[in-house]
Amino acid sequence: MAHPSDNYLTHTRGIKSWLLTLDHKRIGIMYLVTILGAFLLAGIFALLIRTELLTPGQTIVTADTYNRLFTLHGAIMIFLFVIPGIPSALGNFVLPLQLGAKDVAFPRLNLFSYYLFVFGAALMVLSIIVGGVDTGWTFYTPYSTDKARAGVIPVLTGVFLLGFSSIFTGLNFIVSIHKLRAPGMGWFRMPLFLWGLYATAIMQILATPVLGITLLLLIVERVLGVGIFDPGLGGDPVLFQHFFWFYSHPAVYIMVLPAMGVISELVSVHSHKHIFSYKMIAWSSVAIAVFSFFVWGHHMFVSGQSAMANMIFSALTFSVAIPTAVKVFNWLATMFRGAITLTTPMCYAVAFLSLFAIGGLTGMFLGSLATNVHVTDTYFVVAHFHFTMVPVGVAFIGGLYHWWPKITGRMYSEKWGRIGCAVFVAGFYVTFVTQFIMGTHGMPRRSYHYLPEFTALHQMSSAGALAMATGLFIAAGTFIHSLVKGLPAAANPWGGASFEWQCPSPPPHDNFTETPPAGDPYDMSDWEYHPEIRGYVRKT
Amino acid sequence: MSREDPRVPHHFESAEQQTESARLGMWVFLATEILLFGGLFCAYSVYRANHPDVFYYGTQFLDKHLGALNTMVLICSSFTMAWAVRCAQLGERRALMVLLSMTLLCAALFLGVKAIEYRQKWKHGLLWARKFRAEALERSPTKAGATWAETASAKTTMAAPDGQPTSGPAASNPLTTGTKALAATAAFEDRTSIPPAGTAPAGVVSGKKSSAAKPSERTPPENVQVFFSIYFLLTGLHGLHVIAGMLAIGWILRRARRGEFSSGNFLAVDLVGLYWHLVDIIWIYLFPLLYLIH
Ligand code: HEM
Ligand SMILES: [Cu+2]
Repeated sequence: MAHPSDNYLTHTRGIKSWLLTLDHKRIGIMYLVTILGAFLLAGIFALLIRTELLTPGQTIVTADTYNRLFTLHGAIMIFLFVIPGIPSALGNFVLPLQLGAKDVAFPRLNLFSYYLFVFGAALMVLSIIVGGVDTGWTFYTPYSTDKARAGVIPVLTGVFLLGFSSIFTGLNFIVSIHKLRAPGMGWFRMPLFLWGLYATAIMQILATPVLGITLLLLIVERVLGVGIFDPGLGGDPVLFQHFFWFYSHPAVYIMVLPAMGVISELVSVHSHKHIFSYKMIAWSSVAIAVFSFFVWGHHMFVSGQSAMANMIFSALTFSVAIPTAVKVFNWLATMFRGAITLTTPMCYAVAFLSLFAIGGLTGMFLGSLATNVHVTDTYFVVAHFHFTMVPVGVAFIGGLYHWWPKITGRMYSEKWGRIGCAVFVAGFYVTFVTQFIMGTHGMPRRSYHYLPEFTALHQMSSAGALAMATGLFIAAGTFIHSLVKGLPAAANPWGGASFEWQCPSPPPHDNFTETPPAGDPYDMSDWEYHPEIRGYVRKT
Repeated sequence: MSREDPRVPHHFESAEQQTESARLGMWVFLATEILLFGGLFCAYSVYRANHPDVFYYGTQFLDKHLGALNTMVLICSSFTMAWAVRCAQLGERRALMVLLSMTLLCAALFLGVKAIEYRQKWKHGLLWARKFRAEALERSPTKAGATWAETASAKTTMAAPDGQPTSGPAASNPLTTGTKALAATAAFEDRTSIPPAGTAPAGVVSGKKSSAAKPSERTPPENVQVFFSIYFLLTGLHGLHVIAGMLAIGWILRRARRGEFSSGNFLAVDLVGLYWHLVDIIWIYLFPLLYLIH
């Protein structure tokens, strides 16, 4: 079994051994491929949107098609890339390794939730395209209850299934973290990525079912006409918004907490320095998870909720910024006087910090009532959430580079990795800073038409989008190049001290022949670099 | 160490670790289920807080006796289920099978009674919003409703939102005029057909409650259909869970018949038991919230 060339990729062969695998690593890879496919698709839609916006009025598509495009772009990005990306793809691969376990607690459930994901994703995407759904990813009533939009029911069903896929993944992670930690690994000896996944899983368990019931209500509304959201039948359309954001605000942290977990790993390992204030980072994940359940109303300041509710939600919104800032300062303190190597993962980590800081701070603008009313439903909001969610994608790519040697057993080109990152980030700033400017000048979101004075800014934004796409293609090129020509990776190419670096790259089917002794996952002083294997080895 | 036990999957150290994991997993799943119902309970609270009169009024049409009967039935089933788990633990196969069958029987009884209730509602048109027939309120649907029905039946007069009184026939009744599809957008053009802001059922919108100071049991308030929508949603979702529970119980019954359980291996019975208790507990909340409103 311990034959060196026997790893999880070669352990069994044939397409069936992949499709029916119970190995968390293979399931992680299947997620990775699916999710990257979705990312590409949504990216193409984004480019189409930006092309349409090159000129006021119709450029390449009609107003109706434009509405479908932004629905497709938003729904796919959110439900198929940003939410599942880190937990389902990277998390599935890394979590059992970091725990020192052989698999997640329920491997069958894991495979089941993968197929639920694939099925839900296919249903959602196909029926948006076939049924021409144009409600936006938020499915607001009465758009979504309007009979004329035929494809809505299968779309909602698809998202419902995706939700349960996400719940089962969360359930699996919670149980694995509780029960499968290696002997001697206390809660505060877990790598911080696991804390991020744990906090995320709790939110998936508690918030996603509320989305589930909301979607069910919409479906029942359309099929039977229960009238819960229909004022004509005595119902309340604003209640839909409450339900939706009760899920979807926590959902933004379902997206970002795993990303923050990744960043904790990248910053510490690539600065070769112990993480600063482990406990504060761990607890702030939990604090964010808790606070984020009480701020949903900040998406509804202009929906007609009472002034009292507005003020309370506004005040609570500010509280979320505290644990978020705690994390940012801890990462900066970790880097301070560290031995930083500007590897590609580190470049992405720094990019995350710079983008997310702006995203979070503009969240404060939006959380303040008076400013919000001025910029609500403008490009300011669009820019804000791209400054928060694109960093999640950035962390995802950074994490992918970080664990790539472990996943594939091969190294990639650092030079092109860095170039890709730089091009992407530069493009991002151009795309979205212009949108902040447009937003403060009143450019409304979700419109294919605009006043001629916005033309120049829109065109700059579109040019930026092209640069982002270029950066991503360069990154994709480095991955493909690595698969074909990459140098073999050492077990521990970065000098990390957590468990996943203590098994071979790629790991064997069972992960560990024997579980390594649990220690401080951020104490990297025991490891020294051996250039001949391009990796670190524990000092003897 | 039971590492060698072939039943334990390779990623668990011991059967004990497997059991603990499975139980924790079930508890976490139950938490998700509660939040799933939570959305509906929340809708219930919002509407009840905004329109208490609708709930006081609507509840009279539910049959308290049948509801109470069903509550008893489910409590019994919880009891037999708990006992079944105990028998599984003691390795008493016959008793386990008998008790599981009894649980199944109770569940079927529950659904039967529920079906009777649904049929009554269907007959009287006391249904969810779009199917709701307002004239149903003018008849005596249940024994519980008999006291008010005589007086309320003949001359129900309701004020239309714009102040003009309309009486009698359902066609001009504001309860039914709104049922046309797409009322939401259409209504905004036709300002007169939407209720004034203060009475609109708008969630946490500030403003006066639409209720009279005293809940009236005699004149039908506006929007009674909302009560029935919520009734059908809650009991319907619960009913689906009862069916899922029955399938699960049937599954372990089959396994029990094959002798797959022993005192050292009864995890599945334990987990299904937990699930079944949740289904019961939800009903224990539903019963007073829907049937026993005072
Ligand atoms: C300090 C943290 C944050 C604060 C204070 C904040 C605040 C806000 C506020 C007040 C809005 C509503 C704007 C409006 O519609 O008028 C908003 C919108 C939004 N935020 Fe954030 N936010 C924060 C972080 C995040 C994060 C981390 C994400 C995602 C990863 C995110 C994603 C979004 C999205 C998607 C929307 C727009 C939703 C839509 O209408 O389609 N935000 N944010
Ligand atoms: Cu929010």
